[in-house]
Amino acid sequence: MQGVDITILLAGIVAGAAPILLATLGETITEKAGIINLSLDGTIILSAMAAFAAAVTTGSLLAGFAAGAAVGASIAAAVALFSLRLGLSQVAVGFVLTLMTKDLAYFLGTSYARMEGPLAGPMPVPVLSKIPFLGPVLFSHSLPVTFSMVMILASWWYLYRTPSGLKIRCVGENPDGAYARGIDPDRVQLFYAVAGGLLVGVAGAAFSLCVKPGWGQPQGCEGSGWIALALVIFGGWHPVKAAVGAYLFSFLQVMSIYLQAWWPDVPAQVFQVAPFPLMIFILVLISVAQRETVMRAARNHPALRAIIQTLSGKAPAALGRQKKGTG
Amino acid sequence: MNVELIDIHKHFGSVRANSGIDLKILPGTIHGILGENGAGKSTLMKVLAGFIPKTRGTILLDGSEVGYSSPEGALRHGIGMLYQDPLDFPPLSVLENFMAGQVRGATMGTEVHRARLLELCTGLGFKLDPDVPAGRLTVGERQQLELARLLSSGARVLILDEPTTGISGLQKEVLFSALKSIARGGRSIVLVSHKLEDIEALCDEITVLREGIVTGTMERPFSTQALLSMMFGSEPSPAIRSGHEPGAQALYLDNVSAPGGRAGLAECTVHVSRGEVIGLAGLEGSGQEVFLRIAAGLIRPHRGRVHVGRRDMTGRGYHAFQSLGVAFQPASRLEEGLIRGLTVTEHCALGEGGGQFMVQWDTAEQDARDKIRKFQVAGTPDSPVESLSGGNQQRLLLAFLPEEPELLLLENPTRGLDLESVHWVWDHLDAHASRGAAIVFSSSELDEILMVADRVLVFFDGHIIKDERPEDTDALALGRAIAGKM
Ligand SMILES: Nc1ncnc2c1ncn2[C@@H]1O[C@H](COP(=O)(O)OP(=O)(O)O)[C@@H](O)[C@H]1O
Ligand SMILES: [Mg+2]
Repeated sequence: MQGVDITILLAGIVAGAAPILLATLGETITEKAGIINLSLDGTIILSAMAAFAAAVTTGSLLAGFAAGAAVGASIAAAVALFSLRLGLSQVAVGFVLTLMTKDLAYFLGTSYARMEGPLAGPMPVPVLSKIPFLGPVLFSHSLPVTFSMVMILASWWYLYRTPSGLKIRCVGENPDGAYARGIDPDRVQLFYAVAGGLLVGVAGAAFSLCVKPGWGQPQGCEGSGWIALALVIFGGWHPVKAAVGAYLFSFLQVMSIYLQAWWPDVPAQVFQVAPFPLMIFILVLISVAQRETVMRAARNHPALRAIIQTLSGKAPAALGRQKKGTG
Repeated sequence: MNVELIDIHKHFGSVRANSGIDLKILPGTIHGILGENGAGKSTLMKVLAGFIPKTRGTILLDGSEVGYSSPEGALRHGIGMLYQDPLDFPPLSVLENFMAGQVRGATMGTEVHRARLLELCTGLGFKLDPDVPAGRLTVGERQQLELARLLSSGARVLILDEPTTGISGLQKEVLFSALKSIARGGRSIVLVSHKLEDIEALCDEITVLREGIVTGTMERPFSTQALLSMMFGSEPSPAIRSGHEPGAQALYLDNVSAPGGRAGLAECTVHVSRGEVIGLAGLEGSGQEVFLRIAAGLIRPHRGRVHVGRRDMTGRGYHAFQSLGVAFQPASRLEEGLIRGLTVTEHCALGEGGGQFMVQWDTAEQDARDKIRKFQVAGTPDSPVESLSGGNQQRLLLAFLPEEPELLLLENPTRGLDLESVHWVWDHLDAHASRGAAIVFSSSELDEILMVADRVLVFFDGHIIKDERPEDTDALALGRAIAGKM
C-alpha cells in the first residue's frame, strides 16, 4: 500500500465535489421556494453537452458556461411554469424532462463525442493560495471549483440573511401566508426555480469543461443529478449541511480511486459504483436516526443526540404542492 | 377610517357565499360579525382584505371607492386581516414571521424589527420570545404575533376571523384587552365569530349574517334573544346534562406516565365508570391529548398500567383496544379522522373493507346514503369530505363510530361547530351514554364541559390538578385551574 498525500487527497475531494455541490445548492434554493425540480440528472447531462458544444464551437469557456446555465435555467423554468400556469405535477413533469433531456443530449451531442475541447485550468487565488496546507487544498483550483465554494456561503447568506431569502422561505413554507403579506408566490417560485436551474446548468458545464472534461456517451456525470437530489434531503434543505453531504460523496468517490489502486483484483466497476449505494445507505441511516424511538434511545447520549439534531431538517411545507385550479 | 361595503356578492361556482351584503364600520369601534358556520363571514372578510376577489359590489374607504385586488393592496389602504386558518410560517422564528412582508430591499434591519416587535408586545401586554420558532407558540401566541405584525405594517382596520377558537381563557382576556386598547387608539376592529358571548362581551356594534345575507344589526345594549333569532331564524333549545348513574369500571389508568405533546403526562391515576361523561379541560397540549391516546392504545405509557373494563391492556395496540369497544376520534377532522380527497362512499367502503377482494360499491353507496340520512349530513355520497362544512364532517365522523361502543374517546368533538350542531352532537352522544358507554372528551369550551359532563378533569402541564363534579365548581374556578392558579 502506498502512502497518501493528505493535501492532494483533500484538494481532490474539493475539486471533485464542485459540480455536484453546485447542483445541490441550486436545487436547495429551488426547493426552498417550494418547487421540486426532479429533472436534475437530465439537466446536468444536457447542459454538460451544451456547454461543451458551445465552448468547442466558439473557443470560449465563458460561452460554454453561459450555454450550460441557459439550458439549466430553461428546463427549470419549464418545470415551474407547467406547475404554476397549468397545474401539472412537478414530479411528473420533472421525471419526463429527465428522460427527454438525457436522450436529447446524446442525440445532439454525437458529433462532439471524444473531441478535444477547452478546459478550465487552475486559477489560484492570489495571496490565499500561498497559505501552507490551506492554500493548495482550498485556493489553488480552477474558477468553477472556487465558485462552488463561494456559493456555499453565498447561498446560505442569501437565504438566511436577506429579505429576498426570507421571502423564498416564506413562499416555500406557506404560499398563502406569503400572499397575505403582499408577496407574489408565483413570481418568487418561478424566479428561484430559474435561479436554482442556472446553478444546475453551471454544474453540468463544470463537468464537461473542468472536472470530467470532454463529451461522450457516457460522459461520466450520469447519476450525479440523483445524488444531488438526495443531498438536498441529506442537508435538511440547508445549503451548508448539503455542502457537507456533497463533500462526503466526493470523499467516497476519491477513496474508491485509491482503493482501486490498492486492490487491483477487485473489478474497477465496483469502486466506481460503490459511492452511490453508500450514499443512499447513509441517507437511510439518517432518516432512521430521526425517528422518535431512536431519539428517545439517544436521550442519555448528548453527543449522539446533538449529531442527530444537527442532521435533521424539515422539508419546506409547501414543497412540490400542486397549485389549485384558478377559481 | 370609515369602511363601507355595499352590495357585496361572492359566488364560488354555484355556492353563493355572500349575496348582497351591506356593512358599515366606524373608526375607533369594535364591530362584531356574528353568524353560524357557513354563514359567509370568512368569505366577506377575505373580500374586504383583498385575499379573494369579489364577484361584484363596492368597497368605500372614507367615502371613496377603492379597487384593490390583493392583500398587499388592501394593506396599503390600511386593511389587515388575521385569518381563521393561521397563515404563518411555523419553522421560521417569531421575529422572521414578524418581518416577513415588512422587509424589502437589500437589508433586513433585524435589530430595528426586533426592537419594534418587543415594543409592540409590551404595549399590548403580549410576551413573545422573538427567537423561538413560531411553530412552538400556542394558537393564542401566534395570534398575538400576527396582531403585532399587522399593527407594525400600518393596518388601521384590523379584521380578526374567529380569534377565540382554540385559545385559553387567560389568552382571551389578554387579546380582548389588547383589542380594546387598539380601538381606543382610533383604529377599527372587526371581530368575526360564531360565539355569541365573545362578540357580546367586546363589541360596540354587531352585524349578523345568515346564509350569505345580513339578517340584522344591533348596537349596545344587546339582546341575546334577538341575536340568537337573527343567527338561527329560531332559537335552539339548550341541551341538559342527563346525570347518568355510573356503573362498573370502564377505564382505569394506574399511575401512568408518558411522553408526547408539549407536556407529556405524569403520574396520572383515573377511574372512569360505565355511563359516565367526563370532560377534560386545560390549555391545548397540557396532557389531555396524551391521556386520550393512551386510553385508546395509540400511545404506550412509559410507566403505569392501563385497564379497559376489567382487562389489563398495558402495552397492547389500538386494534386490541378497538376489539374491546374503544373508539377514538381525533380533533383534526381532516388530518387524522377523515381522508382528504375521498368521498363519503369511499369512506364507507374503507370502513367495511373486511375480507372481500373487490370493493362492494353498491353496498358502500347504500351505506353512505343511510349514514347521510340518519346523521343529517348536508352532502351527497359523492361529496369529497373536505367539501363538507365542519359541522357536517363531525356528523360524518360520528356516523363512522361503532354502533355500540363501550368507551368513546373524543378530542374536541365540537370544535368550530355552531350551537345547533353542538346540541345535535351531544344529543347523539347522550344516547350512547344512556346505553352505558363511557365518554371521555376534551374541550376548550368550559361552558360545554359544565353543560354536559358528569365529571371534569383539569390538566395543567401534564398533571391532573382537579377532578370535580360540575355542580361543585364553576367556569371561573376551572379557568383559574387551567391557568395553573389553584
Ligand atoms: N374557496 C371556496 N370554494 C367553494 N366554496 C367555498 C369556499 N370558501 C367558502 N365556501 C363556501 O361558502 C360558504 C361560506 O363559507 P365561509 O365564509 O367560510 O363561512 P363562515 O366563515 O361564516 O363559517 C360555505 O358554504 C362554504 O362551503
Ligand atoms: Mg369562517
